[in-house]
Amino acid sequence: MKHLHALGLGAVTALGMTALSMLPAAAAWEPTKPVEFIVPAGTGGGADQMARTLQGIIAKHDLMSTQLVVINKSGGAGGEGFLDVKSNKGNPHKIVITLSNLFTTPLATGIPFNWKDLTPVAMLALDEFVLWVNAQEPYKTAQEYEAAIKAAPDNTFKMGGTGSKQEDQIITVAIEKALGKKMTYIPYKGGGEVAVQLVGGHINSSVNNPIEAVSQWRGDKVRPLCVFDSKPLPYTDKILGDLSWSSVPTCKSAGLDVEYLMLRGIFMPPGVTQEQVAYFVDLFKKVRETPEWKQLMKDGAFNQTFMAGDEFKAWLDQSEKTHKDLMQAAGFIAGN
Amino acid sequence: MNMIAENFTFLYHGFGIASDPFNILLMAIGILLGVIIGVLPGLGGANGVAILLPLTFSMSPTSAIILLTCIYWGALFGGAITSVLFNIPGEPWSVATTFDGHPMARSGRAGEALTAAFTSSFVGAFFAIVMITLIAPLVAQFALQFGPAEKFAVYFLAFASFVGMSKEPPAKTIVSMMIGFALAAVGLDMVTGQLRLTFGITELLNGFDFLIAVIGLFGIGEILLTMEEGLEFRGKAAKIDPKVVWKTWKTLPRYWMTSLRSCIIGCWMGITPAGATPASFMAYGIAKRVSKNGKNFGNGEIEGVVAPETAAHAAGTAAMLPMLALGVPGSPTAAVLLGGLLIWGLQPGPMLFVEQAEFVWGLIASMYLGNIVGLILVLTTVPLFASILRIPFSIIAPVILVICAIGAYTVNNNVFDVIMMMVFGVLGYLLKKTNYPLAPLVLAIVLGDSAEEAFRQALLSSGGAVSVFWSNGLVSSIMGLGLIAGLWPLIGLAFSKLRGTSAQPA
Repeated sequence: MKHLHALGLGAVTALGMTALSMLPAAAAWEPTKPVEFIVPAGTGGGADQMARTLQGIIAKHDLMSTQLVVINKSGGAGGEGFLDVKSNKGNPHKIVITLSNLFTTPLATGIPFNWKDLTPVAMLALDEFVLWVNAQEPYKTAQEYEAAIKAAPDNTFKMGGTGSKQEDQIITVAIEKALGKKMTYIPYKGGGEVAVQLVGGHINSSVNNPIEAVSQWRGDKVRPLCVFDSKPLPYTDKILGDLSWSSVPTCKSAGLDVEYLMLRGIFMPPGVTQEQVAYFVDLFKKVRETPEWKQLMKDGAFNQTFMAGDEFKAWLDQSEKTHKDLMQAAGFIAGN
Repeated sequence: MNMIAENFTFLYHGFGIASDPFNILLMAIGILLGVIIGVLPGLGGANGVAILLPLTFSMSPTSAIILLTCIYWGALFGGAITSVLFNIPGEPWSVATTFDGHPMARSGRAGEALTAAFTSSFVGAFFAIVMITLIAPLVAQFALQFGPAEKFAVYFLAFASFVGMSKEPPAKTIVSMMIGFALAAVGLDMVTGQLRLTFGITELLNGFDFLIAVIGLFGIGEILLTMEEGLEFRGKAAKIDPKVVWKTWKTLPRYWMTSLRSCIIGCWMGITPAGATPASFMAYGIAKRVSKNGKNFGNGEIEGVVAPETAAHAAGTAAMLPMLALGVPGSPTAAVLLGGLLIWGLQPGPMLFVEQAEFVWGLIASMYLGNIVGLILVLTTVPLFASILRIPFSIIAPVILVICAIGAYTVNNNVFDVIMMMVFGVLGYLLKKTNYPLAPLVLAIVLGDSAEEAFRQALLSSGGAVSVFWSNGLVSSIMGLGLIAGLWPLIGLAFSKLRGTSAQPA
């Protein structure tokens, strides 16, 4: 208990200092009623977990004068949530957390919205993807697994993933292209289910996010082969034996030239003012300083890039192009 | 054996943690909140837990999970109340409870029905907890055997046993089920990522929510029927008798066989994890076929309340096990609880039982205590709830309508859903008038999506070969059971034909 108090005190001091340093902006806009926090995905998934953690952190550290209320609007691959935000023009009491479906849903389903219909606030983090196989399989490295895929006929190896025509399947298609072999992609509802199907041996591999599969790795049920990022992960806490996230090589170094990161960002409805956006940018900067947030980043081996303003918009523009190209190449665009 | 002894040591420590006075207080608060949440249709256990989750961040993980799981137990108990009194199931798994629970209430036996429902819930949950205590690690292993083909086989068994066991002509049951499948197909197709049957209407993106359909079909439909029958609610003849609990308890041991069967069905369905809804339907269907009183099912037979309630709670409780041991939530509520576990820094998964033994066994001990506390609390409310039926129908009906509308709105904060609820109400009335059973329709809305998903996932992995459903002992035996259950009327017919011809040679 003492330990906890010490942590709490530390956080309060840190917060006090942040608050002091931003005193000049004290006259700025503040929410006057509860803020709706839309999650364009179901309960229990990665985005939902992050939104509920944010809600908890903001409530615990009293970072906002009103309440933050998490609402799941998962219909139409998240289209329901995005349309809701889009139609609330000028409403500053609504924010939405995004995953890659910000780009993939309109492209794959034709639901009419684009990230430019919303007001970008900030990138909170980027979620990593890791290539996993069952620990019983003989493949110790990504190279061995690639060789096995190449040696077998098309569609021998089964890749499980979350949803259809979304990030997991996009990565799978990129792998297929890099290896010149087809895999059988099987979509499931959530990342946790995918991880369990992998443990049960119903699929050969998955591209789960770190947080979705880490507990199965600790139990020595699954094995990470490589991470789809340009550099290895920085986290050195031991997870299984001597292995940590930092010991997982990049896929590129293992001869699989595929990179993919998923946006965890915050957006607001169109037509909100600069001050209103600035308030939320500031709020999330404060959240990033809390010990709970840092713990979440470590547990999920997130890429902690933070962006706001024009830098964020430029990143979104680039990422939209990448998604369009990848989905075009895979034949995932609606109407094709 | 050594492993079991070890489990008992852990459990003993767990009771020490769970019986802390603060934790007992949390249990009582949780159960009461849960009952209220369960009584209000639409709010539901998942929403209740999600709303209260942030409040628990300042507690220790064990206390927090005790509070949240007790809300879950409370909501499970509470769901039966509206099913019995007003024919409005608050949760998918209470649908089967309405079949005999509501007729009992209408004939003035609401107190009996509620007592039977609560007691059976307790028995089912208790059985499942004992099972978790004894064979948790084995059970987790068994759950891993279930890939898409096995899951589809379980759903197939649920649907088939309903067609085969139904009292109505199989053709009507199948028609009703097909309407349900069509409604379940609306929205996003998970396997191709495309929208289906939405006709460009934004409100349909999410498909038809089960709760909207059920509140309309059962709740509104029932009110329309009662209005036609002359605004009379026979339940008001009920005498309020505080001794009703004891009187009912005396009759319950007679149904031990039904109870035991339902417990086993429930545990099995909870672990696989197909969930509490198919468990309750299957237990009801089988009890109807096997029981001596089977013919009377649907007219207010107490056994028809015991069977689904026992199975639903055994399943609901057993579903906690895959969540803890594998990290797969068996229900929406379990999914929210899973989110909570992660926030407290507990990673559900194979290592949870090893690394967080104190937490896990504290939770299991709290399941024992929480259910006992819950049973005592809800039983004391039986006379109170039963007396609601003494209010004249002309007053209670508008109140029910308003509660239904609020419930439908709460599901997605959407006025469109309230309109849909009314449409479903009229549909429910018409189907009842034409003697089409509603239950298969509801079953298909609830499970249609998951069944389709499992079917297509299985075919994807087999490259389109249907033989995947007969590819190993487990899946073949479940499919075999399903076929027997589905074709039961034909088999029965063939038997009686054979016997008929041999008895009366032409």
